[in-house]
Amino acid sequence: MANILSISIDNIKGILENVMDPEVPVLSVTDLGIIRDIKLEEDQVEITITPTYTGCPAMDVIAMNIRFALIEHGYKNIKITTVISPAWTTDWMTEKGKQRLREYGIAPPNPKQIVCDTNHFAAEEAIQCPHCNSYHTKRISEFGSTACKSLYVCNDCKEPFDYFKCH
Amino acid sequence: MEINFQIAESSKVPPKEGFREAFILHLADNTLILSQRNSEWCGHGPVLEQDIAITNISLDLIGQARNFYQYAAQLINTNRLSGSSKLSPLEGLGEVDEDKLAYLRNEREFKNCLLVELPIGDWAQTILRQFFFSTYQFYFYTELKKSKDTQLAAIAEKSLKEVTYHLRWSSEWVIRLGDGTDESHQRMLNAINVLWPYTGELFQPALYEATALNNSIGVDLNLINPKWEEKVKEIFTEATLPLPGKTFYQAGGKEGKHTEHLGYILAEMQYMQRAYPNSEW
Repeated sequence: MANILSISIDNIKGILENVMDPEVPVLSVTDLGIIRDIKLEEDQVEITITPTYTGCPAMDVIAMNIRFALIEHGYKNIKITTVISPAWTTDWMTEKGKQRLREYGIAPPNPKQIVCDTNHFAAEEAIQCPHCNSYHTKRISEFGSTACKSLYVCNDCKEPFDYFKCH
Repeated sequence: MEINFQIAESSKVPPKEGFREAFILHLADNTLILSQRNSEWCGHGPVLEQDIAITNISLDLIGQARNFYQYAAQLINTNRLSGSSKLSPLEGLGEVDEDKLAYLRNEREFKNCLLVELPIGDWAQTILRQFFFSTYQFYFYTELKKSKDTQLAAIAEKSLKEVTYHLRWSSEWVIRLGDGTDESHQRMLNAINVLWPYTGELFQPALYEATALNNSIGVDLNLINPKWEEKVKEIFTEATLPLPGKTFYQAGGKEGKHTEHLGYILAEMQYMQRAYPNSEW
């Protein structure tokens, strides 16, 4: 019985690896680190997710896409629970996810202990340009096209790029 | 239409609600109204990057508001089922949810501080208000994380990470403008004149805040007041801006007594749900 259960949970994990973030379509919900728990009880699947940012409009779509993906694979009784504590951090993002971000042209998050405090005009993080790999880059704005990103420009190849900011 | 009538009638009665619900609605209203205010910059920011920054902050604030409204709705509905709810102005709403709490309450039922409802003014006024409020939120949420109400503690923990960015961003802008050109310095001085009399209310507890504190779910405003003053002093000094002394301050928002500005915000924000009840898109 334990075996069947673990096989099924692995099966669900496999399905979730193909549910993509609608805003950053190269990242799966697993890569993002927002899947906090998977429970299987009798015929009910319970997926616990946590939001990246409180106002992220993608979260509702993500919850819906998880549900659709599971239905597609024959699961009927699906419960999606949202928890907010412990708060999501970019440290939960998978290495594979970070690699995919880089290939997509978005600089992946640095480990969070580097910044994330209130000190004004603190030294900027050294962010590697995802196009030419130079560290000679400059922040344009702390806030970018989505809540999770900030805007940078590369001083060497002159290309602007998004940085998935540490959180 | 029926809903509007019922709320209008009942709101004449002074609200007697549970302190916990009132406290949570106060936190929700603060963030919703400031979010709505800041969003007025959408498409009008001084430069594109800062237009995006202020609207990103709006998005974070509305995310916080949603968390608080959802939690308040859950408590109100549960208490109503058990017959212990005294939320008289909300009676006409039946079972409530986050949308009803945001779109179908009247001016006098909103518990936000006056500071957040003031007009956006120029960029200096928007920046200074954000700095005052983000500093307040930073210390407030740091304390709220220790709340015995685990749901509130969780919302605080989550929100604090976002507020950290807001505080850093607004601090930098206060310094940039204060220590900038004669024009930007003068505009910051004007903003201080407008906003300073509204900062005192942040630290004057309403009855529900005091009760929340006594029940170990709230925040001691006397504790965070000196921290707020210290931070403002630090940034003002670097920004070469004079720190105003203790002064008479405007209050009342927390108890539902607002400036005329709130009515206009609500008229615009609530129009759709009032005109076409339950409409969705």
